[in-house]
Amino acid sequence: MTTFLGLPVHAPRGVGHLRGDEPFPDAARKALANTQLRRNIGHATATIRAKRAAVVAELDDWEQLRLAGEAIKTATMLRLDDHLEQLERRVTERGGTVHWARDANEANEIVTRLVQATGESEVVKVKSMATQEIGLNEALEEAGIAAFETDLAELIVQLGHDKPSHILVPAIHRNRSEIREIFLREMAGVDPELTDDPRRLAMAARAYLRRKFLSTKVGISGANFAVAETGTMVVLESEGNGRMCLTLPETLITVMGIEKLVPTWTDLEVFLQLLPRSSTGERMNPYTSAWGGAHTLDDGSPDGPRDFHLVLLDNGRTATLADEVGRQVLNCIKCSACMNVCPVYERTGGHAYGSVYPGPIGAVLSPQLTGVEDNASLPYASSLCGACFDACPVRIDIPSVLVHLRAQHVEEQKTARRLPTPEAVAMAAASWTMSTPKRFAAAEKASRAARVLGGKKGRISTLPPPLSGWSGSRDAPVPPKETFREWWARTRDVPS
Amino acid sequence: MSATGSTDAAKEEILQRIRSALGSRPAAEPAPRDYRRAGAEAPGSSALLDLFEDRLVDYKATVHRTTSDHVGDTVRSVIATLLPQGGSVLAASALPDEWLPEVTRDTGFTARELDQFAGVVTACAAAAAQTGTIVLDGSPDQGRRAITLVPDLHVCVVRAEQVVETVPELLSRLDPTRPLTFISGPSATSDIELQRVEGVHGPRTLAVVLVTP
Repeated sequence: MTTFLGLPVHAPRGVGHLRGDEPFPDAARKALANTQLRRNIGHATATIRAKRAAVVAELDDWEQLRLAGEAIKTATMLRLDDHLEQLERRVTERGGTVHWARDANEANEIVTRLVQATGESEVVKVKSMATQEIGLNEALEEAGIAAFETDLAELIVQLGHDKPSHILVPAIHRNRSEIREIFLREMAGVDPELTDDPRRLAMAARAYLRRKFLSTKVGISGANFAVAETGTMVVLESEGNGRMCLTLPETLITVMGIEKLVPTWTDLEVFLQLLPRSSTGERMNPYTSAWGGAHTLDDGSPDGPRDFHLVLLDNGRTATLADEVGRQVLNCIKCSACMNVCPVYERTGGHAYGSVYPGPIGAVLSPQLTGVEDNASLPYASSLCGACFDACPVRIDIPSVLVHLRAQHVEEQKTARRLPTPEAVAMAAASWTMSTPKRFAAAEKASRAARVLGGKKGRISTLPPPLSGWSGSRDAPVPPKETFREWWARTRDVPS
Repeated sequence: MSATGSTDAAKEEILQRIRSALGSRPAAEPAPRDYRRAGAEAPGSSALLDLFEDRLVDYKATVHRTTSDHVGDTVRSVIATLLPQGGSVLAASALPDEWLPEVTRDTGFTARELDQFAGVVTACAAAAAQTGTIVLDGSPDQGRRAITLVPDLHVCVVRAEQVVETVPELLSRLDPTRPLTFISGPSATSDIELQRVEGVHGPRTLAVVLVTP
């Protein structure tokens, strides 16, 4: 563990799932070659987009809700320390125990120790981005503890020895016949006559998991929100697996990023409208659970787990908070609307991003959690079209943060190298050329020489290094015979 | 290294990192609250009840209207229709006797014992028409969370005056220190090719008995 020196501390290497094995362009090229994946993702994103648009259009105060959501989250981050301390006090008063984890390793150690203290060797899990981020399942496995994912899609991913590809519907890259094959191969006690009808597949998962729910004594969850003022934890879900994990076990351990809190109960009225409509495209998700410490009812009888532990996770979030432009990314409520509208995500799918946080939000979150050099290709995984900002329920200006992170990457490259990059040289030359009209006009005329590169088709498709980086992914038209300035002078009869 | 010692050091360090990240602690703008907080319709009005029913039906719940002196009869007929094979039914410990005197009351059954019940009957704490949402808060007529989770049929009795229009109105009626369950239709999944399947782990059937005075 490092001692605090006042510098931002990023998520450590060697643990968790924030870094890919290869840069985005390489991973994307492989993903693009998988036509089944492209078809599945294209169908899924188009469907959710349409559902979201329909339910958002029902509310005439949607923009006011977005503005309120943005303002509440922004204000929360500016007093994050106070709110966290208040949350800890309230949860403790209500009979829960709060733990603080500086990074993934520390969080994994805390959770492993808590499970070991119960004497149990199995846990049931509700889908949680935080526990995926820190690689909790792998850490538990090393300690001999089996973690069962109970969300249907997470179960498909876990049984398929696969990785999630979308934060809302993690098995979006699998179609029904692939899922049937996974169940037949991996699910103990499954009916061999299982068909690929989605209802039959869901019922197979119901039967398989019910045995686990009724017998497992430890549940692990994430949290969508925590209310600082009341010590209330909130989880939104659809299937009821969340309610099972939050209610039936004797011990409940919740792992939550420090940015997920809201100050007051009233603030939830904004987010309980923004999140379901943006996420699954529903007016409200089927189930939302809210709880505090260990509950007893009016007659003194227990309700739900007797032991509740809340693990507050940093893992690069304070480093993100330290960047005045980038900190708005912490406002994210993990709805996944930005993925479904992104033309890049729609074609590559989630795996290409390497991190558990894919899509536009992943491209601005992962590099900030790890430090930009550990995810240097992600800020470029975007066409900057801005659709993500329009869809974001808390108005995170993702395109601006992408550009900001690209600039950070360029700066870090500059400090790391003695010689400037070819791109930096080209930009410096362009800056010199464009700073006076005379130089620019001369350069325009000189550019006519490049017409020879276009050949008969009139398009430039290959250039020698270092310009090959540009021509590798795009064709350019040859420069025109006549420049704009020349045309202007000829047609307007003004002196050139 | 003691457990508490480590987490205390971690807490201090995380708080210190936050303070350092925020620097001069710039003041935040107060959040604008000009979205719709109050509904246009009064709680329990007939327009709201129609909207509530429409939303519930859209989520594949069934809605059964009745009046306050016929609640028991309606609940019995709903159970008879939805559990044609029979099966034992459970009720929250303090469900009003005049609703359903003959049904087993929850006396703290284990999860496995709850799994033997085919259905459960409860009241609710509040409901919102705009989203078709019902909230349970663990009051004696609603019971602990497990009883409305394990059995496959949930019959929920909602009184007209409990139905408000908007989500903000709903939250203002709830006590955030109680264990709360928000229910909007039966459990569902869209995880396989985004095709919606109603009924996964929670009750596969939700029947709402809507009571007007």
